[in-house]
Amino acid sequence: MKLLEVHGLKVHFPIQPGPFSRPRAWVKAVDGVSFDLASGETLGLVGESGCGKTTLGRAIARLVEPTAGDIFVDGENLCRMTESDLRPRRRKLQMVFQDPHGSLDPRMPLSEIIGEALDIHRLAHSADARRKRIEQLLLAVGLDLEHVDRYPHEFSGGQRQRVGIARALAVEPKLIVCDEPVSALDVSVQAQIINLLQELQEQSGIGYLFISHDLAVVEHISRRVMVMYLGKVVEIGEAKAVVQAPRHPYTQALISAIPVVDPDSKRKRIVLSGDVPSPIQPPSGCPFHPRCAMAELRCKTEVPVLREVAPGHQVACHLAS
Amino acid sequence: MPLLEIKNLKLDFGFNNDALRAVDDLSLTIGAGETVCLVGESGCGKSVTALSIARLVPTPPAHYAGGEILVNGRDVLKMSKRELEKIRGGVVGCIFQEPGASLNPVFRVGAQIKEALKLHRPQAATDAEVRRLLRLVGIAAPEMRARDYPHQLSGGMQQRVMIAMALATEPKLLLADEPTTALDVTIQAQIIELLRDLKQRLGMSMLLITHNLGIVGDIADRVAVMYAGQIVETAPVRDLLRRPLHPYTRALMNSVPKLAGDASRLTTIPGSVPSLGAMPTGCRFHPRCAQRQSDCSQTAPGLVEVEPNRWVRCPYWNLNREPELS
Repeated sequence: MKLLEVHGLKVHFPIQPGPFSRPRAWVKAVDGVSFDLASGETLGLVGESGCGKTTLGRAIARLVEPTAGDIFVDGENLCRMTESDLRPRRRKLQMVFQDPHGSLDPRMPLSEIIGEALDIHRLAHSADARRKRIEQLLLAVGLDLEHVDRYPHEFSGGQRQRVGIARALAVEPKLIVCDEPVSALDVSVQAQIINLLQELQEQSGIGYLFISHDLAVVEHISRRVMVMYLGKVVEIGEAKAVVQAPRHPYTQALISAIPVVDPDSKRKRIVLSGDVPSPIQPPSGCPFHPRCAMAELRCKTEVPVLREVAPGHQVACHLAS
Repeated sequence: MPLLEIKNLKLDFGFNNDALRAVDDLSLTIGAGETVCLVGESGCGKSVTALSIARLVPTPPAHYAGGEILVNGRDVLKMSKRELEKIRGGVVGCIFQEPGASLNPVFRVGAQIKEALKLHRPQAATDAEVRRLLRLVGIAAPEMRARDYPHQLSGGMQQRVMIAMALATEPKLLLADEPTTALDVTIQAQIIELLRDLKQRLGMSMLLITHNLGIVGDIADRVAVMYAGQIVETAPVRDLLRRPLHPYTRALMNSVPKLAGDASRLTTIPGSVPSLGAMPTGCRFHPRCAQRQSDCSQTAPGLVEVEPNRWVRCPYWNLNREPELS
């Protein structure tokens, strides 16, 4: 049994002229996504802004309501559950957010930020146990014990992100959805946080859904990588396979667009024209066809489905072989 | 005479005993047609350095404690308000990180480009010239887009409009402060291609600020690496990227995950960038440096030319060097 299984997940947001009027259109932020994730595994999720990667992460943590589809965590379907049944199971699923400043309450000292999670799930039976657990968590993420009574504004960005990770770890989750956890950090600090996440995984076997727009970071930390475009998964496979031999034209363009440090690199760059289309009126057929250099007639009419092109490597493209 | 020459620039915030030095004794030259990249982490002073060239740092709270910024041989720091107005957007064009915040939301983009023309090239302030500029930066259907408001354009298109506006006055030097940081990689690739094409066609010089070493390899002729208000290394781009000499440059390059790299752990730089109020004594990088020596905390090293055109602020740059990067 996989730790996380997602089947046909859809998140559609209505566009309404007023609060009681009928929706004029729907934003299909996530449109039929299926994947699974084993415990101790890191699945990277990449895509440009507006592709639905954050919405997917939030839907899995049940922070937004899915429109359709099923999410199984340890074999239990979270989408067919009442809020009161869901609450104890939220322990299994935690989130780390992009902006380490916006996601911490500025009026709480660290002991409260981290201790709140322990209180809600009744994980500390005495004040002494609570304090011990908080200290243990601070040490686990590389913060000093004397930091326990300080407030978020007293910390640097990297330290705040460590607090966010400690808060997520407090309830011993099985899966952490990391939504761009290093994007707001300087590169020297980014490497510290990535290493920390990897060490924690080795110690406790947490699964990560690691959302980022930086393919190099995702490739480094993930075993498998999933690429999204306009609410759909276009490619999923082993990280090395996806990055070194991408099959989908979009993944190929995305990888070639990353600037490389080596000044002698003779890599050919595919520069995509135009922007990501609006998810309100996605193009017919393959959502990528208006920007695709290889598009054929059938790409405009037939929607490609994910199919296996190599063991464990799936691509949604008519032309990929 | 180089187009831009910054000599021993010192910029403080605050006064007297409370003064915090954001830029310390910085010297940099840019020749005609040359592209220089200024690289560093947040808070190292790269943005205020660039803004100083057009004297866009508000004084107070800032305060120039010394140095000169010569544009075409004339010191920007001594110019009158009228002269500055000619320099800003005239000889020196600027584009910034967030195009959405730099455009006026209540005017059509065509009108905003025309405003720049009216100020600096009044005889060319026509709709035809606006259309030509929009076409120059690769905007399709310029007659329609010129009538759009900024919010109707995507981030990439807004940045193109900003570039068109900066080019309107035919600047000799383009200051680009993290022009692609807020954009997606595919759009970033478009904008970098555009800038590279434009500087070749128009023969502009460019000072590009970035923290992305990949972009540096794509566009720069020369690189200056900043740390805590000082330049720690400057070199021609290929030399620097193939064989970084300063420990900070080396650590910076190693801490970025590389595509198709095979390291299981990233090399990190311990600690974080020091704040202006708590600068370490001696070499400012020594508390985080992997190869610090006993005297690094006492003597502040100077910027020394260790090889032709290669300046390094570290007396131990030659110590246990790693083999050359292939």
